Amino acid sequence: MTGPDPGGAHDAAGNDTEGGRPRRTDRSPWNWLLVIPVVVPLLTPLYNYAKPTFIGIPLFYWLQMLFIVLGVGATTLVYQVAKRRR
Amino acid sequence: MTTSQTVELTIFIVLFLAVSAIGFVAARWRRPTDMLHLDEWGLGGRSFGTWITWFLVGGDLYTAYTFVAVPALVFASGALGFYAVPYTVVVYPLVFLVLIRLWSVSHRHGFVTPADFVRARFGSPTLALLVAITGIVATMPYIALQLVGIQAVLKTMGLGSHWPLIIAFLILAAYTYQSGLRAPALIAFVKDLLIYAVILVTVIYIPYKLGGFGHIFDSATAHFDKLNAAAAKAGKPPVGSTILGPANQLNYATLAFGSALALFLYPHSVTGVLASKGRNVVKRNMSALPAYSFLLGLIALLGFMAIAAGTTPIGTDGNTIVPRLFDQEFPSWFAGIAFAAIGIGALVPAAIMSIAAANLFTRNIFKEYLKRDATPRQEAWTSKIVSLVVKFGALLFIIFLNPQFSIDLQLIGGVIILQTLPSVALGLLTRWFHRWALVAGWIAGMAAGMWMLYTIPNPKTQHLHFGGSAFALSKLGFDTTWTIYTGFVAVVVNLVVAVLFTLLFKALKAPDGTDATAKDDYTADENDPRVTATPHLVEG
Repeated sequence: MTGPDPGGAHDAAGNDTEGGRPRRTDRSPWNWLLVIPVVVPLLTPLYNYAKPTFIGIPLFYWLQMLFIVLGVGATTLVYQVAKRRR
Repeated sequence: MTTSQTVELTIFIVLFLAVSAIGFVAARWRRPTDMLHLDEWGLGGRSFGTWITWFLVGGDLYTAYTFVAVPALVFASGALGFYAVPYTVVVYPLVFLVLIRLWSVSHRHGFVTPADFVRARFGSPTLALLVAITGIVATMPYIALQLVGIQAVLKTMGLGSHWPLIIAFLILAAYTYQSGLRAPALIAFVKDLLIYAVILVTVIYIPYKLGGFGHIFDSATAHFDKLNAAAAKAGKPPVGSTILGPANQLNYATLAFGSALALFLYPHSVTGVLASKGRNVVKRNMSALPAYSFLLGLIALLGFMAIAAGTTPIGTDGNTIVPRLFDQEFPSWFAGIAFAAIGIGALVPAAIMSIAAANLFTRNIFKEYLKRDATPRQEAWTSKIVSLVVKFGALLFIIFLNPQFSIDLQLIGGVIILQTLPSVALGLLTRWFHRWALVAGWIAGMAAGMWMLYTIPNPKTQHLHFGGSAFALSKLGFDTTWTIYTGFVAVVVNLVVAVLFTLLFKALKAPDGTDATAKDDYTADENDPRVTATPHLVEG
């Protein structure tokens, strides 16, 4: 549901101004990064295994905990890139 | 009452009272010029920075009930209960771009609730009313469940009667009434410090005591193998497993995804987001909130530890499994701190939820239909009173109805709140949908969801209906044992109907409402010069 294009198809991605203020936009190709942490944790065949274990914890559990890093990485990157472009 | 229960209870009461004092003092914290305004009482002045928002929304989303129910589900079903982790990983990147638009448009127009937005976007009071009622109905049992969390703890400490619960809730009601959203925001600090401390100690100490995670998972696997063999003999489906069986993989993924779609549609989540002071606060929290998901993953593993430790729930109340594990494995002083963490953990979301439900009533029912010329002062008064009514209602739920009923209702709540997805979430992204088509989709999705829930039995309680959210695809004629999350199917039905009817209404040139929002409202940031102080809503 969060396509990387929330501004609608007609949004000018440039520096149009309106009343002297630069018009902001949320559009960026970097937004596509957000798709990865949305899709990967839902692919059960990827992680529905017991082995290898980590300190005795089956892969099913530790790998899904590791996906948290994926989510944090993607949102952080998208935020930082957008901030630098301002 | 045993000596150890007395120690636990003493520590619980001391911490509970300390936190209540903070709740009352919170009214003076970042003191506003006039507390009698919904922006102040109901949204904390729309001024919270990154840290406060992190604690507030964290306390709001990861509730005491989650901390009690997720390990209880793992204890009962194994791997399936771990869906809470992918659910809370997927949700933030999923809503990232949508929430900042919600924040901006609400900031520009002074929206307090998701229904305020729908009202202005689609020019339809009817659609807004549907969204508001859906929100209130979905939130009520959720508040009741926070009480279930407190009750599980009180029961373990030997307090079976309802009085301690009533007292705890009266205190909560009093300081929420006085301090509004500032109370849970301030309490969330204490609650989180307690929860983090308790969980870190727990996941190191208990596995160490039980002989390591390897042993814990071996006993859990053996435990489920035994139960499944017995179930197979009786001709019943398997009970659970430490990795997913073939029949529940689709259910696992759709449950995680559907829950993620639903989370920020809940009015209390929106309240937490709108209380922040800028877009960057929201964005930074999308990266920071997963810290709680990590915590939740560790907490989920408590379910397996309880199996390995041979912990048994009180009676048939599965929610007592975590408190019982603490009681059994820890010295009583530490168990007391852990119980306080759960109890206080229930207060934060209960306060925010009652504020959110009260705001919905005030803005989208009271102001829309009962008193159109209500002043900001009257709005704030109404919300304060309604927040009391809402909490009182939740209390009656718990006292007079079987707690199982609240759990069933909360399950239904997740399915019904999802039906506001096209109007609220998609409405933030596009104005393509026709307002009547969204109403039609809501009706269709709601009907489909209710029908599916109605057909799901609960083998444990012998109930024939509303026994869970895993819908068997064989009921739709598919030759399979696979199950799928009801809410996911229902929202797909909703969307299909909304799309078809939009095409139809557009072809018929049915009158569509005016959109009171403009394109660049959705990218406005803090200090925007065009923010309206008093929200104006356009006639539909």
